[in-house]
Amino acid sequence: MRDDLQLISDWIPQGATLLDLGCGDGTLLAWLGEHKQTRGYGLEINQDNLAACFEKGVNVLEQDLDGGLGNFQDLRFDYVVMTQALQAVLRPDQILNEMVRVGREAIITFPNFGHWWVRSYLALRGRMPVSSTLPYEWYNTPNIHLCTVQDFETHCRKNNIRILERQVINRHHRSGFLAKLWPNLFGEIAIYRVKA
Amino acid sequence: MPQQIPADSVGLVEPKIHRFDTPLELECGRTLPSYELVYETYGTLNRTATNAVLICHALSGHHHAAGYNSMDDKRPGWWDTCIGPGKVIDTNRFFVVCLNNLGGCHGSSGPSSINPETGQPWGPDFPMMTIKDWVNSQARLADVLGIQRWAAVIGGSMGGMQALQWSIDYPERLGHAVVIAAAPKLSAQNIAFNEVARQSILTDPNFHGGRYYLHDTYPRQGLILARMVGHITYLSDDAMRMKFGRDLRAGRFHYGFDVEFQVESYLRHQGEVFSRNFDANTYLLMTKALDYFDPAREFGDNLETALAQPSCKFLIVSFTSDWRFAPERSREIVDGLVHAGRDVSYAEIDTPKGHDAFLLDIPEYTKLFGAYMHRVANEIENRANDVEASHA
Repeated sequence: MRDDLQLISDWIPQGATLLDLGCGDGTLLAWLGEHKQTRGYGLEINQDNLAACFEKGVNVLEQDLDGGLGNFQDLRFDYVVMTQALQAVLRPDQILNEMVRVGREAIITFPNFGHWWVRSYLALRGRMPVSSTLPYEWYNTPNIHLCTVQDFETHCRKNNIRILERQVINRHHRSGFLAKLWPNLFGEIAIYRVKA
Repeated sequence: MPQQIPADSVGLVEPKIHRFDTPLELECGRTLPSYELVYETYGTLNRTATNAVLICHALSGHHHAAGYNSMDDKRPGWWDTCIGPGKVIDTNRFFVVCLNNLGGCHGSSGPSSINPETGQPWGPDFPMMTIKDWVNSQARLADVLGIQRWAAVIGGSMGGMQALQWSIDYPERLGHAVVIAAAPKLSAQNIAFNEVARQSILTDPNFHGGRYYLHDTYPRQGLILARMVGHITYLSDDAMRMKFGRDLRAGRFHYGFDVEFQVESYLRHQGEVFSRNFDANTYLLMTKALDYFDPAREFGDNLETALAQPSCKFLIVSFTSDWRFAPERSREIVDGLVHAGRDVSYAEIDTPKGHDAFLLDIPEYTKLFGAYMHRVANEIENRANDVEASHA
């Protein structure tokens, strides 16, 4: 399993109920279901991913995150998880509000656009950065709302979303000394646990 | 006639009939003292009878879902695209059962069969059936076949409603319910279309109050009209445009009421074929069963409470251009199941083919439905291996 998913699963207790937004091929849900007896649903729109979830026996609903989460009641889940999709939705602010409405807690991961390498790529080359965590060109990227660790935290503060825990990791999914000290500069992927 | 039976066909199949002498109490308050069900099976029931799948048919359907009844058949069974060796419902792995519902006109007891009390066709005296009644009769057929628990109960449209009712009424008797292009109950518009279809039959001068069998005739025009109306709702605007556009049969206007547009010709032909093969009383009865369907009704009109009964896992599938039972209707079922905390997966197939898409070979649909059934089969086989290992 991807290391960032491993980090997330460490945060999720035994038997929790989950909603995984943009659940991909269902790896996280399947692993948590098997090892932590969690129950829940994934939301996904890619049909190859849906088929993979079906095969794994993961509950998955075809649903576009841009349409919101209006079909789920308040606090329906213990955790709402969204890995690497915040930057791809039309209104990340609205989906964040929905996540903390539907879940007691929310776990979010996104690529940090404030990372030193991204900054220097743009500063030195004058071009939109392309890397293993941001593997697209400007014209074909699904990432339409990139943000930095600082942006995210400012947004949470303004919208009364409490940050319970933060991890920043590099492309090898390790959390170094520098990243702990200056997360906005040295974190490539940010992982947050938040609640309303 | 199939020149040669395709390799992925279940081949030549023969329907079987079972006679039931235990009275069946019906929702309408009446009782069927005895009745017959006609059914077909494909594949082999495993030793522990855990690989059985029930296929529920739609409004004008019957027991012949796959393969050919004879080498003279022009077409295979109605769901041959999905049932066969290596297909979505893989007969190498599953034992598939499909029956003609009670009240039908293809071999099971229905309005056109003989009422043993009078020696005459039942006609309008055949009791009104509901989806719940069908599910009960299907459970009895399962008993006869030695099937305690279905691996899956599967159906499209009215068949999907039966699968849903199964999950509520016999939660311990199915592992999965696959509900395709269905709804938790009919809308006023759905009922309105059914009513137009029924009125066209009821007002046909050859209907004779439903006793047309005794007059050696049948309400042909009424059936044709009923089917034409139904057929329009099974296709989408796009599907009709792609298939017919405004094409003319003779290339020019005749300024009269004969067939001019290709779509008119198509509808008349479909209606004509249908009127020869389907019993009018059965059509009345089955559309009414659809109208009555509302599993939430016995749970204080609360769908969520109704959907808290099942313990099986669900696959719900809808089609974007289906306006008879639009994706929103399927999502009502999904939402109810999610609220009730049930295991459910949902897929919305993007296709212009309309309601009838559930019968067609659409790659995205086949892939997703197939992946789900693959998992169902794996579950059975893994469990069987576990059992064997524990005995070893």
